[in-house]
Amino acid sequence: MRNTQATKLLFELSQAGRRGNEFPRPDVPDAVADCLPAKFLSDERPALPELTEPDVIRHFTNLSTLNMSVDTHYYPLGSCTMKYNPKRHERLASLPGLVDLHPYQSETDLQGMLGLLFELQEMLAEIAGLPAVSLQPAAGAQGEFTALLVASAYFRDRSENRTKVLFPASAHGTNPASAALAGFDCVQLKPSGSGFVDLDELRSKVDDQTAVFMITNPNTLGLFERDIAEISHILHDAGGLVYIDGANMNAILGITRPGDFGGDMMHYNVHKTFTGPHGAGGPGAGPIAVRDFLADYLPGPIVTRDAESGTFALTNPEKSIGRVRSFFGNVGILLRGYFYLRTLGADGLRTASEDAVLNANYLKTLLHDVLPVPNGGRCMHEFVASAETLKHERGISAMDLAKRLLDYGFHAPTVYFPLVVPEAVMVEPTETESKATLDAFSAAVHQIATEETDFVHNAPHTTPVSRPNEVQAARQPVLKWQCGSDCK
Amino acid sequence: MTYRFNTPGETRQMLDVIGAPSVEELFEQVPAELRLDRPLNLPPRLCEIELEQHVAGLATRNIGRNGRMCFLGGGVYDHFVPAAVDAIAGRSEFYTAYTPYQAEASQGSLQAFFEYQTLICQLTGMDVSNASLYEGGTAVSEAVFMAMRCSKRHSRIVVLGSVHPEYRSVVSTYLGRLKCELVTVPTPNGTADLSAIESAVDDQTACVVVQSPNFFGCLEDVTAIAHIAHRHGALAIQSFDPISLGVLKRPGELGVDIAVAEGQGLGIPMQYGGPFLGILACREQFVRQMPGRLIGETVDRNGKRCFVLNLQAREQHIRRDKATSNICTNQGLLALRATVYLSLVGPQGLREVAELSTARAHYAARTLSSLDGFDLAFDRPFFKEFTLRCRNGADASIAAARTAGFDIGPALRRVDANADSNLLLVAVTECRSKEQIDALAAALRAV
Repeated sequence: MRNTQATKLLFELSQAGRRGNEFPRPDVPDAVADCLPAKFLSDERPALPELTEPDVIRHFTNLSTLNMSVDTHYYPLGSCTMKYNPKRHERLASLPGLVDLHPYQSETDLQGMLGLLFELQEMLAEIAGLPAVSLQPAAGAQGEFTALLVASAYFRDRSENRTKVLFPASAHGTNPASAALAGFDCVQLKPSGSGFVDLDELRSKVDDQTAVFMITNPNTLGLFERDIAEISHILHDAGGLVYIDGANMNAILGITRPGDFGGDMMHYNVHKTFTGPHGAGGPGAGPIAVRDFLADYLPGPIVTRDAESGTFALTNPEKSIGRVRSFFGNVGILLRGYFYLRTLGADGLRTASEDAVLNANYLKTLLHDVLPVPNGGRCMHEFVASAETLKHERGISAMDLAKRLLDYGFHAPTVYFPLVVPEAVMVEPTETESKATLDAFSAAVHQIATEETDFVHNAPHTTPVSRPNEVQAARQPVLKWQCGSDCK
Repeated sequence: MTYRFNTPGETRQMLDVIGAPSVEELFEQVPAELRLDRPLNLPPRLCEIELEQHVAGLATRNIGRNGRMCFLGGGVYDHFVPAAVDAIAGRSEFYTAYTPYQAEASQGSLQAFFEYQTLICQLTGMDVSNASLYEGGTAVSEAVFMAMRCSKRHSRIVVLGSVHPEYRSVVSTYLGRLKCELVTVPTPNGTADLSAIESAVDDQTACVVVQSPNFFGCLEDVTAIAHIAHRHGALAIQSFDPISLGVLKRPGELGVDIAVAEGQGLGIPMQYGGPFLGILACREQFVRQMPGRLIGETVDRNGKRCFVLNLQAREQHIRRDKATSNICTNQGLLALRATVYLSLVGPQGLREVAELSTARAHYAARTLSSLDGFDLAFDRPFFKEFTLRCRNGADASIAAARTAGFDIGPALRRVDANADSNLLLVAVTECRSKEQIDALAAALRAV
């Protein structure tokens, strides 16, 4: 039950003299004032709040009740794959033999961990149809960036100066952002009416300066790019490479593989497809898989296995681009991905994708009368509907619908992305939801479509806060707690 | 099958509604010639009991802090993680939530991250903190790119050689395709020579990157280094150790423009290198060039205080190729851990952690360097970590300690191929007692 008394910030709960933890008494004769010259020492303690452990626990426990989460609510958030996060993963990832390992301890004392990570590399290579894997990238965006640098090193080795990265208008924002960060010129294709990449438009943009075409497949409209083989030919004929943004891998596990449909490089979002929990924004893990001719450029270290002794070791690829982060990677999330793959196996993964696609097509059909999908036909694991008619006829925008759904106990779908669909409502049901939940969600959408416009426009009505004033937030940014007049 | 909802009967009903004869038919968009015509070649699936036994078996082949006394350093430390941190981070309302784009349904996470930003500002003395980056190395890289935008200089970056070699490697990788010179100032004596920095910084330099306490454990004269940077119109970036701020001067007091850190010491387990926490805080004037998410306070329609993702026009989902960074997914759950940790220890607790670490590290340095064959590599002030010179080589000492049940290191050579093979790091946190330090000394005496 929500505690309506708990509305203060940590800093407002602070009472001078309280503490939440004690530490051992000094047992060595050395005193800090003797150890370090005074010029390095701070005159005062940091101005942190002073709280007891019960203060802290009640505060954060009450805060947690102000969130929607996968464990408490249905989360049909397009592009985000909010599937169930198994509890066994949490317990196993916390085993002392996995969680208490230092990155610089002896490899001899890491054989279990390195063996597990080696096996994960192999499994990700098999699912991708691409033989070489780096587990280092911390998230999908970093995977994109890493792969673009790998491509760059490959072209440099071939004395080719390719400066352009291409992507469709419907691409995730991270694609152009990663390409720009890596120092490429960004070339966006004109949006096509069909929702698919327009081959003529692509041909007109691909030239001998093209390094990489980044494409999400299934794409962000939830459609499988049926011409992906031809797209790959166009790039390969021009000497370029194809990057597959793997955000939507949940639709095709064991059904088709990026390496088989022409991709040269890809990233996984372990926190989406392989159910590492999202953690309210992270951590993720964004391992990449690439073709054999790109393997030497991957960031190190990679786990290798000595064929004779069977021991595992860390090695750096011969022409590695270098590190993209410190230490091995977001191992805690990679472990959860490993547990998931071992729990589902080949048939379980395929079934997961089949159910994800079944659920999406079912919900799309249920919603079609209120939220039509401009790019019709079948969808894959998600679909992008448009609330344009609803807005035109009833004055209810995609945002209004999203906010009102919160009152019904459903997390909102992704709205206003991709940009190519007006009043976009992007729904990804995931496979770990029942028909009954999808039916209830559909009923809520239909009910909202009949509700009084102003009432919906002012939604949500039942959440801990109503719509925030974002304009004020941006105009006069308050990015930390401000001491009030009563502040000491 | 595990986590599966759709029964054969429901599947049939759903297909009827869709108007499809089979699930197979739903995949009609995927051209037949591109389909995988065999099952994936993966190991057989395991039920929960089998998985637990399999993973437990792998875990017993690892010996970490559970089996050896940990004196390892180099950017990851065996600081204590209070149970209350695990309890809060283990609440699934936090760990199974998505990025708080829907503010009304995410006030718990948003307020926690707003509190995180405030705590980081209180800790560092800086004006603004973002809501997290991946880890310490990318935090340095993001700060460097931010400094290039702030200074409008894109051709020269100066980094001290005493910055963690892996962080320097990350910066070098990130700059890979750009026409930007990365100048490394050598630090053969454990800290930077100010005149060497002075001669490396010119009027086209975007920033000077200093780490203090640095990779060797030593404290740098950050104020003087920041002065040099500022005199040339460059920004000063400091990579700091958050635990050290229980006793050491804060980046804000030292005059730096951007302060970054690896936040692992703030209630985050070592977990073989990640996930960790990238901290980035800066002066007010640079806020619109910051990478990553920022949480802001505002009011709702009823005038009630609430929190939202703010200044999103900097970010990739709005600005695309003009964004200040490509980062999307960050380290939210680790920022939550740091928030709970800092709330628990408070000002006095953080001071005690830092004092204990300092005192015991200095005791350890005195004790180990008094052994035959060992001495301190650098005669410089240090915090909780120091560089030991081993006459018989770093690897032999690490091996001897390991046999006796202690992990020390890393050997500098392991992290930097050009380093002296006799040098290694020893780190001492509040978790290591005098008794344990004496036992380590006894083990090394035998080398």
